Amino acid sequence: MHRKVAANGNEAIANAMRIANPDVCGAYPITPATEIMQRFTTFVSNGKVKTEMVLAESEHSAMSACIGAAAAGGRVATATSSQGMALMWEMLFIASGLRLPIVMGMANRALSAPINIHGDHSDGMGARDCGWIHLYCENAQEAFDNMLMAFKLAEHMDVRLPVMVGMDGFITSHAIQTMEWIDDETAANFIGEYKSTNPLLDIKNPVSYGPLILADLYMEYRKAQEHVMSGVPKVVLDIAKEFEQISGRKYGLFEEYRLDDAEVAIVVMSSAAGTTKEIIDQFREKGIKVGLLKPRLFRPFPYAEVGEALKHLKAVAVLDRADCFGGSHGPLYVDIASALYNYAQRPVLINKIFGLGGRDYMPDHAEYVINELLQITKDGKVKSVKEYIGVRE
Amino acid sequence: MPTSLSLKELSKKEELFSPGHRLCSGCGAPIVVKMVMLAAQYPIIAANATGCLEVSSCISEYTAWKIPWMHSAFENAAATMSGIETMYRSLKKQGKISDEIKFIAFGGDGGTYDIGFQSLSGAMERGHDMTYICYDNGAYMNTGIQRSSATPFGADTTTCPAGSKCPGKLQQRKDLTKIIAAHGVPYVAQASPSHWPDLMKKVRKALEIKGPKFLNIIAPCNRGWRSQTNDAIRLSRLAVDTNYWPLFEIENGVTRITHTPKDKKELMRFLKPQGRFKHMFTSENEWMLTAAQEHVDAYWERLQREQECFAPQNGTRLPNPEHLNWQ
Repeated sequence: MHRKVAANGNEAIANAMRIANPDVCGAYPITPATEIMQRFTTFVSNGKVKTEMVLAESEHSAMSACIGAAAAGGRVATATSSQGMALMWEMLFIASGLRLPIVMGMANRALSAPINIHGDHSDGMGARDCGWIHLYCENAQEAFDNMLMAFKLAEHMDVRLPVMVGMDGFITSHAIQTMEWIDDETAANFIGEYKSTNPLLDIKNPVSYGPLILADLYMEYRKAQEHVMSGVPKVVLDIAKEFEQISGRKYGLFEEYRLDDAEVAIVVMSSAAGTTKEIIDQFREKGIKVGLLKPRLFRPFPYAEVGEALKHLKAVAVLDRADCFGGSHGPLYVDIASALYNYAQRPVLINKIFGLGGRDYMPDHAEYVINELLQITKDGKVKSVKEYIGVRE
Repeated sequence: MPTSLSLKELSKKEELFSPGHRLCSGCGAPIVVKMVMLAAQYPIIAANATGCLEVSSCISEYTAWKIPWMHSAFENAAATMSGIETMYRSLKKQGKISDEIKFIAFGGDGGTYDIGFQSLSGAMERGHDMTYICYDNGAYMNTGIQRSSATPFGADTTTCPAGSKCPGKLQQRKDLTKIIAAHGVPYVAQASPSHWPDLMKKVRKALEIKGPKFLNIIAPCNRGWRSQTNDAIRLSRLAVDTNYWPLFEIENGVTRITHTPKDKKELMRFLKPQGRFKHMFTSENEWMLTAAQEHVDAYWERLQREQECFAPQNGTRLPNPEHLNWQ
């Protein structure tokens, strides 16, 4: 039975975790992800899950405990945001380097300083190259679905890598939306039983985790990791196909919205895609060919597929909810530019930085960007490649 | 049947920390680890903080550990072990595992007193059934002998070098053993490889007690202490005999000195063979020897008082172990 409910993103993620029923969860509170673990520990206290909690004294220790638990041999999950992810940063690389299938819910939030508790992508973008698989969600439904798929993906025998599932802090984590649950049994069967590989707890077959690897072999380890990562998109698609059968909902590496015949398009991740689609529909009603590409699998980034999906366009605006401060463009822009660079014919590419620290992304922002793209198709002039929108001057 | 703590019996046991590791000759750490492993009567799973012991015991396809072993980072051996132990508890409750396994985390003083202090404190407070063992060599030896909060007063290290303006480290050591005892854990102890039956008894005791335990074990480093490669046991014995490193335990709040030197020696007997204290033996630094001796004497006196004060026969009310909810 699929039940329509009103729920927020944190509730969606907590329930996906309940269904996955991890053996161990590490946790440390941080706004706006705190509610995920509050809800989850209520399941623990009421016997709805078999999970043992490690209520750590920091996110660094929460992730360290997840790493120890995953190596010990069982299903492991956690959740965090912002500074918490920043404090975990060292351990994120160790989780992926040790090939531990940990699943983490993430309510994306701005980074200090100045301190700010609201939604933007600075945390996830800062951890984009840590060897984790990143999935990003537009709404609570996607948060639920992606979190369920994340367990299957992380634990897949061709993958065995940690996965983080990002949704916009407050906008998605706290706003109550209509969504559809999948009944527990169907969803749990979809995820399947956890299968351990080289568990520390197997005392008859002792293994050493975390060796020192010097210049003679370090590159080979890294290449092996890169090789595994490059196979992830295929598994993501296979799992999405299986998921469609239980949910009726289709997922790809990214979502294309009215993109096929579009002349201009916006690329934007997470909740802002919803607002953008509304405006695209308004332009389409006027016969203007606008589309959208919303990345879902952000790491590994499907460069070839994204390039193919965008190459026919005349102009594309990449909207980044984070900036890099590298004297360059937003992180998503850089990826999209890489995806398109090898095509002789490629769209004009502009970059807008928006929504930092929870600043609202309004319909007129999307409209402003689309009008600019349309102007570019007429006169070919780019007034500035990178611009902050919705900012007080 | 427990193996008796006789050399004859112990020599029949398999060494679970095997030769061929790459620790320096004369290092105290592998001696401590071997004693711990020989003392253990259960299957052990170990976690290791980054440090000398870790980098030298598991390199590429070689490992000195014949038991399951894990290293993840520097500051988190206790947190990593928290996760391993929690997974064990979870799978045991689910009936997926039946072995009786004990968990030991090893860290040097840098990874324990300093950078790993928070994660150790957290793990002790959460009550994980684990034994944390610090092999204390009194500095960051792995990175080249830098000052830690376990470095003794006066020591010359590469980050507090004895010079014309500053004669080495001017602060006393952090009293970590007592700090961990203050967490209210059921068992903490200090040990020394020179007194190996005492050390091994403490390991056995710790492994029998449910909940978090902490052992602080002195582990001489001839590189950092600037002593001879055959000095590890002699120096750890002098550390005990001068009361620099008292052997004691605190079990459920009761302090017990487990060894009182019969012939207490002056602290300088411990300091003199070590190059790191050489500058203290000049006339202008004589005050340092006095200060160090006074500190050691005061600590010993206080420890004896604690033993008297917190003895059950003196009316000390102890926590009822039945009420302690260790994991």
